[in-house]
Amino acid sequence: MGEQSKGDLAVPANAAVEARGLVRRYGEGETAVEALRGVDLDVRSGELVAVMGPSGSGKSTLMHLLAGLDKPTAGTVQIAGTEITNLDDSKLTRLRREHIGFVFQFFNLLPMLDAEENVILPLSIAGEKPDKAWLDSLLGQMGLTDRRRHRPSELSGGQQQRVAIARSLVTRPTILFADEPTGNLDSKTSGEILELMRASVDAYGQTTVMVTHEARAAAIADRILFLEDGSIVKELRGASQQDVLAVMNSLGT
Amino acid sequence: MIRVALRGMLRRKLRTVLTAIAIVLGVALITGTYVLTDSIKGAFGGIFTQVYRGTDATVTGKSAFSLSNNGTTTAPPFGQSLLPKIRNLPDVADAVGGVGGNAHLILDGKVVHFGGAPNLGFSVDPKRPALNSLALVEGNWPGTNQIVIDQATGNKKDLKVGQTIGVQANGPTLQMRISGFVHFGGASSLGGATLSGFNLPTAQRLFQRIGKLDQIRAKAKPGVTPAKLADEIRTILPPHTQVRTGQAQAKSDAKDTESFLNFLQDFLLAFGGIALFVGSFVIANSLSITITQRTRELATLRTLGASRRQVRRSIVIEGFAIGTLASILGIAVGLGLGVGLFKLFDLVGFTLPNNGLVLHQRTVIVALVVGILVTVIASLRPAFRATRVPPIAAAREGSELPPGRFAKYRPIGSALLTALGFALVIYGLFAHGLGTKGVLLSMGVGTLLIFIGVSLLAARFARPLAWVLGAPASRFGGAAGALARDNARRNPQRTASTASALMIGLALVTLVAVIAAGITKSFRGAVNDLWVSGYAITAQNNFDPIPIAAGNAAARTPGVQAIANVRGGDAEILNGVHQATAVGPGGAQIFNMTWLDGGNSTVFTRLGAHGAFTDKSFAKSHNLTIGSPLTLTAPTGKSIDVKVIGIFDPPTGGSPFGVVTISDKAWDKIYDTPQNLFSFVRMKGGETDADRAALERQLKAFPNAKVQTKKEFIDNQISGLNAILNVLFVLLALSVIVSLFGIVNTLILTVFERTRELGMLRAIGMTRRQVRRMIRAESVITALMGGVIGIALGLVLGGLLAARIDFIVFALPWKQVIFFAIAAVVVGVVAAIFPARRAAKLNVLEALQYE
Repeated sequence: MGEQSKGDLAVPANAAVEARGLVRRYGEGETAVEALRGVDLDVRSGELVAVMGPSGSGKSTLMHLLAGLDKPTAGTVQIAGTEITNLDDSKLTRLRREHIGFVFQFFNLLPMLDAEENVILPLSIAGEKPDKAWLDSLLGQMGLTDRRRHRPSELSGGQQQRVAIARSLVTRPTILFADEPTGNLDSKTSGEILELMRASVDAYGQTTVMVTHEARAAAIADRILFLEDGSIVKELRGASQQDVLAVMNSLGT
Repeated sequence: MIRVALRGMLRRKLRTVLTAIAIVLGVALITGTYVLTDSIKGAFGGIFTQVYRGTDATVTGKSAFSLSNNGTTTAPPFGQSLLPKIRNLPDVADAVGGVGGNAHLILDGKVVHFGGAPNLGFSVDPKRPALNSLALVEGNWPGTNQIVIDQATGNKKDLKVGQTIGVQANGPTLQMRISGFVHFGGASSLGGATLSGFNLPTAQRLFQRIGKLDQIRAKAKPGVTPAKLADEIRTILPPHTQVRTGQAQAKSDAKDTESFLNFLQDFLLAFGGIALFVGSFVIANSLSITITQRTRELATLRTLGASRRQVRRSIVIEGFAIGTLASILGIAVGLGLGVGLFKLFDLVGFTLPNNGLVLHQRTVIVALVVGILVTVIASLRPAFRATRVPPIAAAREGSELPPGRFAKYRPIGSALLTALGFALVIYGLFAHGLGTKGVLLSMGVGTLLIFIGVSLLAARFARPLAWVLGAPASRFGGAAGALARDNARRNPQRTASTASALMIGLALVTLVAVIAAGITKSFRGAVNDLWVSGYAITAQNNFDPIPIAAGNAAARTPGVQAIANVRGGDAEILNGVHQATAVGPGGAQIFNMTWLDGGNSTVFTRLGAHGAFTDKSFAKSHNLTIGSPLTLTAPTGKSIDVKVIGIFDPPTGGSPFGVVTISDKAWDKIYDTPQNLFSFVRMKGGETDADRAALERQLKAFPNAKVQTKKEFIDNQISGLNAILNVLFVLLALSVIVSLFGIVNTLILTVFERTRELGMLRAIGMTRRQVRRMIRAESVITALMGGVIGIALGLVLGGLLAARIDFIVFALPWKQVIFFAIAAVVVGVVAAIFPARRAAKLNVLEALQYE
């Protein structure tokens, strides 16, 4: 699937992710549902892209396909120049280790590990030692310096998400995928987390794709893609929260 | 990843502990078995070493052929004229001759005994202290018609020096004066055994060995090796005697005990193995459930770059850690169990010598290796299951595990496994020439495969079965009962796996009950077929031989119409050692035999000096017909030529007769100190109180002889079987307990999983009582499922065994089956106590918010 287009495409030198003609169909025959109907997308290095849309628009599906969590019915995805849609499990595992970071809506921390252990878990899994200076700076950046030895159950939601962000950054991935990162937080904490995400893009040049349905979250992005019924219907650059809301209203959500 | 696995395990303490209990119990039984048998072996070793302390060489009677192990026949004695000849040998420093055997102490007309432990008596020679293993504690060494008794027995029965006590060995009871109390030289306790010592002439009279010896023990002069001494003695040995070094004799004496202990060890280890096997089901099931519950956690690890291999390894490491902890704990518990097993054997009348607990390195190693291995193997399937958790589950709510590559082959695979299991069992039972090991191996492996296969298949029947078994709950339990039934059906795989652990235990107890019922039924049938009515005389313990004099005394009772004394022992017939018996002409009026080839009850009266009858299968396998000549050789080396004058067809349950039976008169000519196995008496008036009283009066000098009616005789003979049966049930109960913990574990995990649902039910008005009832009903449904499948499987396996084994008929032990079904319900109720309480205690608000 999707191999036909591989050779034809000239990959822009600074593209972290490149998707062409992504289609994802669930089910077969009469009851088939098309969650994505042919999406093309480039994410440049150092760019923060927000994917917006109402629920059912296909934004989560798009992220799953870009991150290699799911396979497209048709189309291609390249991460750091590697076609990922036809990789086997062990190659995908290596890809995740080297190139991909995740931030989830429900944090997904391991409850038996403390904050620092959670942060360095991707390194431990890969059998690597953390660079102490980098770790300290990361924890400092996330405001977790005095929370290193706390278990997730001893942390607030916002603190847990900070741990999760630090965990996603620790390997300096080619691309970070954030799935509704503020979806489970109150408004004040959401603001702090969004600031941190923006700051990590600015400070470390961290390429990020964020899926969200909140205008406020999308407003921190360099570029916003609006999805409706499985297609990209609109693209904004450097938009404010008001701009985003205006587009969303125009799209009837 | 290792850290994640271990920390995760510690975090789920309750589950880890409940899972580990399954292994702890199995490992404990294995450790306990080794500790028990090693301790007994050590104690016996100590006893025999002590007996032959200072002995460099022994001379004993030599049987004409190697004897079977049933204990009714011993090596023949030899003439005491050998003793002075040995004393005169140049290298012999000293030698002592002795006789010994079973000697019952009789107090107030009753045999003194403690449990089933032996009552030993032997001659002592205080003038030769180097060759005497007894030490005098109080009083004097015995003179003629005097006795010394071990101090423990003396204390327990409050005996005094100077008191008179009855002693009975191979003849009628003799009254003796207690001259003193002794202590067996070794530190070992002798268990419940009673010891008595006599001077040689008294012992010879008691054991009917006048002018004869059972053994000579010789001590070498300084500088002479035991081997050299033995060689020297060998040159002057008469026929039917043999010489051994003291060490070799101790080893040979210990051999019987040791082979019994090895059997006991294997037997108990088998039950440890069963408990571990059941435990492996519990572990596999709990790990599988937690993997479902940890889907998001495992998926997160995958998104962070963990490979399938790492995920798999983390589960196996968890299994390894649980196995290690549980095995260490199991060894500790096993030491306690060793003590408990001593007590258990004590309780069923089998007091064992005990010289402190022995924990060998081997015990620790085997227990650790087996415990860890079983746990790790049990964690393999859950580990592979965990690798199927897709990374995308990290970002999704409630994603389900995709089916494995082999899921579609599962039904056919488990059916094939079950079929293969049955094929192996049937092959083991019915194939010829497999040998005991082959039969046991093929049946054991077959049964394991059946259990695994059925447990896999059970998932497919769990829904309908839970529907049927849950009908009463649904009908009488209100909404809670109906929900319980639905809950039991909603994850058929889980319900089936949980039930399977219990299934194994119940299948095995049912199997045992079927076999026992079969043996009992066929034995009862055989006694009823063969023996019209009257009285039977046996030893108090139902199986020791009794002196001929007892039978002779009974024969003189007024009102006796006929008596048949059955003697028995090993004999060499047609180049093989077989159990032979002897009976008098009275048998014609006692036994109702099925004679083949025109024989009739006159066979008994025609046995005479050279007649014999054989059973049908022996006659067939040796091509014997009426008139065939046979030579029967006794252990003494004496033999007799007989002709077959009758062939009989024994009932399914067997007969009191061996393969060849001759007349008692002929028997007594070739056997040394012959004894009766049973005496059957027919009296005027059948079975009356007056007859019984008359018989008992006549047998007063033989307190070890017991008068029984036919019904009592049957019950007594079966009572040994019942004792064994009870031990089996206790041992199998252990695997049922393991499965009980399995149910507890599943329920706790299920309650945890359904926290939000339970909160919702409570929020819409379900009471705590109803919640408890719901969990309990689900538990009982699961347990009953295991019970029903297990009992059915046990009946089928029992039926197969009954079909194969000649002396067993199939009998449905319906009382036990009902009891087992009730036991399954009880297991279900007990297993639910804790989880139900947990579920009822949930805080509604928190439960609803639970994520």
